[in-house]
Amino acid sequence: MTTQTLLHERDRSRQAFLSRSTLLTSLVLIVGMLVVLVLNALPESSAWHVSNATVSLLGKYFTYMLLALAVDLIWGYLGILSLGHGAFFALGGYAMGLYLNAQTSPLPGWQSIMAYFPVAALAILLAPGLLALVFGWLAFRSRVTGVYFSIITQALTFALMLAFNRNEMGMGGSTGLTRFYELLGFSLASEGMTVALFVASGMAVLLAFWLCRAITVSRLGRVSVATRDAEARVRFIGYRVDHVKLALFVVSAMIAGVAGALYVPQVGIINPSTFAPLFSIEVVVWVALGGRATLYGALLGALVVNYLKTVLTGVMPDAWLFILGGLFVLVTMLLPQGIAGVISAWCGKRRDGEEQDRQEVSA
Amino acid sequence: MSVIDSTRFDRLREFARPDRVFDFMAPAQSPVDVRHGPILYLEDVSVSFDGFQAINRLNLTIDDGELRCIIGPNGAGKTTMMDIITGKTRPDHGQVWFGSRHNLLTLDEPQIANLGIGRKFQKPTVFEALDVTENLELAMAGDRRVWKTLLARLDREGQARIDEVLETIGLASARHRLAGVLSHGQKQWLEIGMLLMQRPRLLLVDEPVAGMTEPEMHRTAELLTRLVGQQSVVVVEHDMGFVRSIARQVTVLHQGSVLAEGTMDEVASDPRVIEVYLGGDEEAA
Repeated sequence: MTTQTLLHERDRSRQAFLSRSTLLTSLVLIVGMLVVLVLNALPESSAWHVSNATVSLLGKYFTYMLLALAVDLIWGYLGILSLGHGAFFALGGYAMGLYLNAQTSPLPGWQSIMAYFPVAALAILLAPGLLALVFGWLAFRSRVTGVYFSIITQALTFALMLAFNRNEMGMGGSTGLTRFYELLGFSLASEGMTVALFVASGMAVLLAFWLCRAITVSRLGRVSVATRDAEARVRFIGYRVDHVKLALFVVSAMIAGVAGALYVPQVGIINPSTFAPLFSIEVVVWVALGGRATLYGALLGALVVNYLKTVLTGVMPDAWLFILGGLFVLVTMLLPQGIAGVISAWCGKRRDGEEQDRQEVSA
Repeated sequence: MSVIDSTRFDRLREFARPDRVFDFMAPAQSPVDVRHGPILYLEDVSVSFDGFQAINRLNLTIDDGELRCIIGPNGAGKTTMMDIITGKTRPDHGQVWFGSRHNLLTLDEPQIANLGIGRKFQKPTVFEALDVTENLELAMAGDRRVWKTLLARLDREGQARIDEVLETIGLASARHRLAGVLSHGQKQWLEIGMLLMQRPRLLLVDEPVAGMTEPEMHRTAELLTRLVGQQSVVVVEHDMGFVRSIARQVTVLHQGSVLAEGTMDEVASDPRVIEVYLGGDEEAA
């Protein structure tokens, strides 16, 4: 009987901002970053040396993790499955791309203001934020939910892809924006810049993780979980569900925008393929594999899947999509909680209790 | 005079009332005005879905502090009536007033909820991924705006209020259990507890004892009767034994309108009621 009671008790310590999972995730991120930096500083002859190319690759993974975090915030905690988050990522990327282009030659028309970094930084947040605000306001006000919402987010990103493919947009058409040389007056090709972008991306992940964590452990976070599970009930106790959704959707879009902005200087190009519906779906797969509604699961999922992608597309490029699809199916069937579910199952009896409760609830 | 004209005229008269400030100057959450009688007032309400007349010229008044039971066979329009009051469904026709100040037909669900109308659903709906205390915390009356909700902390007063409600609904020992693993009866009580946290003026309770055991039913009856006086309570119920145990005033709905109203004994002896509802099933009475 005592075990029974124990199993159904909710672990309160998990609800605090500084829970074990927050501390552990932050620690792993920071230590991971430091280790990479130290190994990078080793002489090239050393067996432990990490090359600049690898550092740059890891920096790219960080931006993907940031994007996964943005998706998990609204999918895991609010039940909004956005299949168009690539659009916000790409918008942030284009804003950064315009800024970088403006460093070499002045841009025509309104784009000339993008030469100033503060303006560009604002655009990185506002372009995705405003799109999410307008789009979300229309969708949530009309109570578009579930699969219908997912479909129109696909349509949104697809429409933007078509628009950005056109030369009249002034965004480089199908080639996109490329030929980036300088960021804040420093050469992008320099070694220091690679490291700086890696660190900036890592810090962005850490800050966004803390932000999402703060939101999800607040009362607003509990309202959003309640909305995910019983939307009508939340409305009848007096919360404006559409406002809650809109607020988190905009925050999520802005995080995705920042991710895109950090991604662009590290890969050196942004083009309309980032708006492709498939990319946005892939992001959702990262989160599902890592484990929804845990935040650290999203980070883990993005890292693991993208690492696998890098390795496997090198070994057998044609098989990658099959492997990704197979992984998705297997994880959905065997590990509905994703990798994070496995981790929390390992971590002691007390945590186990909540998972068990969760499973009972979802059953 | 057509209906629209008379509402317009009422609005004008309401607007020009000398005893209070204009609506647009008054705080948004102006209190419910029950000085002129009922807390809930439905007049000539009709609604139909795809040709089916769910509510048909329904008139109903609930007095402040009253406990009213509404009975009626399946399809009598009980749940639809609650949907209309809480803003989920808009009637085709008619008026719904909360006190004499708030026209419910101009408000949406959260606004109506924040005015002080709480609703318990037929199927117990609690937030299963949250624990009992958290469920109560979310329902607690307070500022519901996004930013305020983000910064909200549970203060001592709120904690005391939660403890008080936990005692009332008898779930003090289960305070940290996930709502999803509670028994059916406990979920029903938790939902009633959530209503109490909202401090509503009017409680709409849809079939509170469906699926409950006899002792659970007694506790629920006790819980509801304890609220009378502080709150007005409208209970929709099928179980006649339960209705008899709590009701003072009973309204019988049939095909979307009021068939009879009075004490349980009066209603039960009404020949029309016997015919449509109790007829052929004497046991139920």
